[in-house]
Amino acid sequence: MSVHAEADKATPVATKSSVRWEPRISARRTVGAIWQGIFLGATAMAIVLLGMLLWSIIQPGWSWLSWHLITDMPSRNAENAGFNSGIWGSVWIVIGSAVFSFFVGVGTAIYLEEYAPRNRYTRFLQTNISNLAGVPSVVYGLLGLVFFVQWLNLGRSISAGALTMGLLILPVVVISSQEAIRSVPLGLRQAAYGLGATKWQTVRSHVLPSAMPGILTGMILSMSRAIGETAPLIVVGASSLVLTRPDSPLSSFTAMPVQIFNWSARPQQEFEHLAAAAILVLLIVLLSMNALAILLRQKLSNKNRM
Amino acid sequence: MAVQTTSTVTTPKLSKSNFKDQHGYDSEEMVVQLKGLNVHYGDFHAVSDVNFDVPKNRITSLIGPSGCGKSTVLRCINRMNDLVPSARVEGSILYFGQEILAPKVDPVEVRRRIGMVFQKPNPFPKSIYDNVAWGARINGFKGNMNEHVERCLRQAALWEEVKDKLKASGMALSGGQQQRLCIARALAINPDVILLDEPASALDPISTLKIEELLRELEANYTIIIVTHNMQQAARVSDKTVFFSLNERRQGILVETGPTEKIFTNPDDRRTEDYITGRFG
Repeated sequence: MSVHAEADKATPVATKSSVRWEPRISARRTVGAIWQGIFLGATAMAIVLLGMLLWSIIQPGWSWLSWHLITDMPSRNAENAGFNSGIWGSVWIVIGSAVFSFFVGVGTAIYLEEYAPRNRYTRFLQTNISNLAGVPSVVYGLLGLVFFVQWLNLGRSISAGALTMGLLILPVVVISSQEAIRSVPLGLRQAAYGLGATKWQTVRSHVLPSAMPGILTGMILSMSRAIGETAPLIVVGASSLVLTRPDSPLSSFTAMPVQIFNWSARPQQEFEHLAAAAILVLLIVLLSMNALAILLRQKLSNKNRM
Repeated sequence: MAVQTTSTVTTPKLSKSNFKDQHGYDSEEMVVQLKGLNVHYGDFHAVSDVNFDVPKNRITSLIGPSGCGKSTVLRCINRMNDLVPSARVEGSILYFGQEILAPKVDPVEVRRRIGMVFQKPNPFPKSIYDNVAWGARINGFKGNMNEHVERCLRQAALWEEVKDKLKASGMALSGGQQQRLCIARALAINPDVILLDEPASALDPISTLKIEELLRELEANYTIIIVTHNMQQAARVSDKTVFFSLNERRQGILVETGPTEKIFTNPDDRRTEDYITGRFG
């Protein structure tokens, strides 16, 4: 203490100045409370809008929700129309695009993060991938039409639709996988390299398992997008009336959002209700797919935490 | 390359002074020799002209103020600086007379011979067993893995504490146990040299003491190089001390090297004396 006292005398900087302070604590608290209210309002608005949206679908659609909607094929008669072919079409498209974009996207992310030299070509590539994420989905539809339908001669088939959708979600998969790979602690890589591991051994055994929960989060978001997109499928050639389930990669197809779009465009009131009910089914499928993916992610990250 | 067999043979631990009387420094085999080592990070010349030798089956400590490049030098010895894109290493590092820095030398091979333990304990997010077994497995270990894991954990003085929970996560151990697990993991690839980069700086005094005792045990079979900020640690644990400092251009330079006893009691250089007695700066 005595040392401090001496230091105070010696250096005037350390002495207490005689400046008056105005803490205004209650005013500061008020400002804080106002901002809290604004943020709460923003959250409430989002929830209310979402609730209204849901209500506007549930209200007309609920009474039309029935098993035959799920099991039956589309019909001219709204009473016994279903969209079984659309459900199957969507399921195959989502699975196909997820598989395609997972392997291509995660592969790209691993290359860019772990292997690519840090030069301006890589940066150029990176910028373009980010830009691709912002390209409108119709453009991907046109690309799919030219490349998959015509050049690769896949026709207006479900595989052309799945690949187009895979391309659409690819940039997001790449970017989110890169983020996940980048967030793997450096110490983990160093530990592996320090034991004489090659790059692939390090990536395979440590980087990928640690990054997998983050990669799957990106996949979940992308698949949710793929199941709801309509425009590229219409461009690639989803048919409005398909009366059979897709049974091969080259089958013609329809998808849930395409069917919903068609029904809602009909003049009859009944089809509007049917479309609302179909949207409910779409939401249920979407939510259960997300739940499944979240469970999978949870399981993986628990395993990884050990 | 001389491949050392680190079997379970426990040579009776000679007292430090005894050991030195039997083998004078001059007659010792030098495992690692650094000659004119320079390290650049981009435009920054971080380490300038470092020369020293590392005697076999001894503990060599690298000491010096923060930013003097001692960790950088350590990381050159197993080519870990290859992983830093901007780093450029010049000069020569001989390992049993063979050039490590030559472009045709595979860093994977170097790191398999020269293991490393890092400042912050960094066990893999895997079981205790797999933490030790992984390095051996990727390097093609063909023996009995259970025995190997047990031997390494015993050598790292961790076996008694973990033998009933080998399937438990390595992350669930205490900091000191994690660091000993990392040492066991480094031993598991059967290296000749072990590099330790401030291995006890994140640990409490009791865990630190355990690590130091452990290093004394390992000295019989391994050549150890340790970077430390802790003067007492260097004095307690090492046989040879290398003192680094900074020159007027903020480059890391080697000031003095010699037997630890001499460096700490009767250094030749004024800068060494100032640093050791706490008058540095």
